[in-house]
Amino acid sequence: MKSFAELEAIRQKTLDQVNLRREHEGTRVVVGMATCGIAAGARPVMLAFLDEVSKRGLLDVTVAQTGCIGMCRLEPMVEITLPGQPKVTYVKVTPEMVSRIVTEHVVNGRVVDEYTIGAADAEDQK
Amino acid sequence: MELFRSHVLICAGTGCTSSGSAQLYDRFEELLAQNNLEKEVKLVKTGCFGLCEAGPIVIVYPEGAFYSRITKADVDTIVSEHLVKGRVVAKLLHKDSIEETGNIRALDDIQFYKKQKRIALRNCGVINPENIDEYIAFDGYKALCKVLTEMSREEVIDQIKKSGLRGRGGGGFSTGMKWQFTYNTPNEKKYVACNADEGDPGAFMDRSVLEGDPHTIIEAMAIAGYAVGADQGYIYVRAEYPIAVKRLEIAIEQAREYGLLGEGIFGTDFKFDLDIRLGAGAFVCGEETALIASIEGERGEPRPRPPFPAVKGLFGKPTLLNNVETYANVCQIILNGADWFADMGTEKSKGTKVFALGGKINNTGLVEVPMGTSLKEIIYDIGGGCPNGKKFKAVQTGGPSGGCLPDELIDTPVDYDNLIAAGSMMGSGGMIVMDEDNCMVDIARFFLDFTVDESCGKCTPCRVGTRRMLEILDRITEGKGKDGDIERLESLAYNIKNTALCGLGQTAPNPVISTLKYFRHEYEAHIYDQTCPAGVCTNLLQYSIIPEKCKGCTLCTRVCPVGAISGNLKEPHVIDKSKCIKCGACIEKCKFGAIIKK
Ligand SMILES: Cc1cc2nc3c(=O)[nH]c(=O)nc-3n(C[C@H](O)[C@H](O)[C@H](O)COP(=O)(O)O)c2cc1C
Ligand code: FES
Repeated sequence: MKSFAELEAIRQKTLDQVNLRREHEGTRVVVGMATCGIAAGARPVMLAFLDEVSKRGLLDVTVAQTGCIGMCRLEPMVEITLPGQPKVTYVKVTPEMVSRIVTEHVVNGRVVDEYTIGAADAEDQK
Repeated sequence: MELFRSHVLICAGTGCTSSGSAQLYDRFEELLAQNNLEKEVKLVKTGCFGLCEAGPIVIVYPEGAFYSRITKADVDTIVSEHLVKGRVVAKLLHKDSIEETGNIRALDDIQFYKKQKRIALRNCGVINPENIDEYIAFDGYKALCKVLTEMSREEVIDQIKKSGLRGRGGGGFSTGMKWQFTYNTPNEKKYVACNADEGDPGAFMDRSVLEGDPHTIIEAMAIAGYAVGADQGYIYVRAEYPIAVKRLEIAIEQAREYGLLGEGIFGTDFKFDLDIRLGAGAFVCGEETALIASIEGERGEPRPRPPFPAVKGLFGKPTLLNNVETYANVCQIILNGADWFADMGTEKSKGTKVFALGGKINNTGLVEVPMGTSLKEIIYDIGGGCPNGKKFKAVQTGGPSGGCLPDELIDTPVDYDNLIAAGSMMGSGGMIVMDEDNCMVDIARFFLDFTVDESCGKCTPCRVGTRRMLEILDRITEGKGKDGDIERLESLAYNIKNTALCGLGQTAPNPVISTLKYFRHEYEAHIYDQTCPAGVCTNLLQYSIIPEKCKGCTLCTRVCPVGAISGNLKEPHVIDKSKCIKCGACIEKCKFGAIIKK
């Protein structure tokens, strides 16, 4: 070890791996993974999130799972909470949608309205 | 980069290992593979979480679900429910970790952890101790870097002095002053050493730090080496701590690979290396001069001081010796500043102290609290009080060198000076709780028996004096105590205290002195009334039958091995006290609770 920069590089690299265990105010991506969610294909969605988050090296983003969110017909559902902002729920998420959600919402803070529960409701109203 | 959605932390501390945590790890591994979860869920072996009594312990992040007393079968449930379906398994959670509303409490809000402040134990149960990168992720080796690249040796010593850190190995001597003395002694060659002998029965904080966070000791010793001018360190570990030794070996190897030990650390001209020495297995080897002799390959016997090790230590060279827990505070002081540390604690005892709670207490385990926390908070709020609703009687602090503090002193804020004023001491932080069923004479006898066994025999007061004291205590607990015994004990105690060669002898009488001070009536009851108030000392107990309760079933007459019980069928029986050998067989057999010992 020759310099602080070297140490810092290891720290940064490992930080993502241990971040789950630290107290931090990060973005939370929660995928509904009860039986209904899994049946509707939640697992590939979650893997896609994990993949996307790690590809982009996003620190402070936790990808987690939860049980049934309660609206099985809209599964797979994903809730995303940015620090200090209200929760946004995406419904009927597919792995293909993940990249856009991460880029626009998680990184740039712009909610992808058309995938959200609000949009799905509006659809139902028609 | 690998990213996981969930981390499963499995305690691999000594406590949980002995309750079977290694099997759990294997089972998790197997089930994760079966469910194709290996890429999503990471398994991590950690050091001790402190709540060993509730082990084996498993924590699942990001929820922070704290599962206690987990069996192999429970692992199946956790995997299928929590990891596959995302449902926390409420029934397996630690009893205190669910709120009335059903929400999971954050780890810090669990009673056991709430009043704790973890500095020395900060990484225990959080990182994988066998992975240096994880240590670095939690700011590891940053303090060493800061010290080597930004601070002068004098500044480092100054920070440690200003922090008010005192030795956690027993004496409570100012750590900064010790560093200063070693720095002041001019010599080409100096050493730093770490005392990980941890001989105090019941204390296991040093073991936990070494098992859970070995790198922090390596880092702190390197910092100390830089400050005092040493390029070689020794860690003297009890041979009875195989897991700690193994983790230390791995950690030293990793630190060498990363160039954090060796030459030219952080591009400076500072070089430092470390070696492990295994303890010789005697309590006295924890005493600093005996420890030094033992590292040199001599018999582990103490020698008179001065000269102190800071002047003439290992191989005749100036040597800095500190305890494991003392070192465990150093990096945090460097990173957060002396003032941060000095803000915690009492006027003369700064920072936190780790205590090993044991004996008659609900939450056996390790707790770290700010200095000045009261005995009451530690024993009741964190420790959960005595089990089975028994009444608290006393607490022994400081191990065999310490003393017993009674219920009246339960509000004492714990720090070095208050404990000494109360007739006990901090020692290494063992806390053995006693309830109404403990006989204080017997307790004093127990500790003295330990020191008699462990006395190295070099000086007469300790070798002969403690033995004479033990003989008197034996006599008292056997019901053969004589008038004048209490006074004889007192005079022996004070003489040994004042004349013994090393700390072992000088402190050996403490358990007797403190129990005499606070529980003199129990000694008197043994000697003058021939009774043991707590009902412990067998020779002083009398077995008798309550006639009203005895149905005359004759069961007891048949189990009594010496034929001391007689009586006719369906009539109350009697015990012949001259024949009774107090084996207790009759009490066990009696279905009516008619036999009592008193
Ligand atoms: C009989 C006896 C046993 C001791 N055992 C230990 C021990 O197991 N661990 C320890 O750190 N210090 C022990 N000490 C205290 C050491 O002599 C020494 O004071 C201490 O290691 C210094 O480190 P510190 O200033 O960081 O506390 C013992 C002292 C005596 C007299
Ligand atoms: S060994 Fe697991 S909690 Fe202490």
